[in-house]
Amino acid sequence: MNHYETVFILNPVLSDEQIKEAVKKFEDYLLSKGAEMIWKEDWGLKKLAYAIQKKKSGFYHLFEYKVDGQVVAPFELEFRRDDSILRYLTVRLDKHAAAWAETRRKRIKEKKTK
Amino acid sequence: MAVSIEQQAKGGGKADIRYLTPLDIETKEVKKYCRFKRKGFKYIDYKDADFLLYLVNEQGKILPRRLTGTSLKFQRKVAQAIKRARHIALMPYVADMLK
Repeated sequence: MNHYETVFILNPVLSDEQIKEAVKKFEDYLLSKGAEMIWKEDWGLKKLAYAIQKKKSGFYHLFEYKVDGQVVAPFELEFRRDDSILRYLTVRLDKHAAAWAETRRKRIKEKKTK
Repeated sequence: MAVSIEQQAKGGGKADIRYLTPLDIETKEVKKYCRFKRKGFKYIDYKDADFLLYLVNEQGKILPRRLTGTSLKFQRKVAQAIKRARHIALMPYVADMLK
């Protein structure tokens, strides 16, 4: 069970429930493959640094999860198939990266509770 | 004016050509250090773009080690983080007046 982190950008023209549904689809796919979801983040609508597919902004989402290695490739295939995804990036977290993600989560939680 | 020429003719006059001695203004050699090693960074996150902006020049290009003084190990981590940030459009590949 390796530790992964995936960031993906959704098309800005989507409506709210389409976005929720897309995010849910990916999450369900992971859970069906026996992944353990650790953290989910929604950065909302952000301006892109450069235009992707003629679009200037996008909805950013972050998934942090633990899963077997061979699940990641088909998972990314799902991203490629879905045309509402502008871009995705999956990163394997080593122990330093995982520790950093841990502290980052704590910081965000503190900010929320404050 | 005439006097000095005579004086010089006699060779008594002081030769006022002074050779330019090298100006030895001692410049203090500031020892560059790796800010990441000193602060104890373990991982450079590709998600917080505003931190990565410090390590990039106005055109969005990665600053070389000779300017920032970072160690090789962390320069590679920085480069990888910046390239990932560029991939997910948090940072531009090419920019003007980024700062």
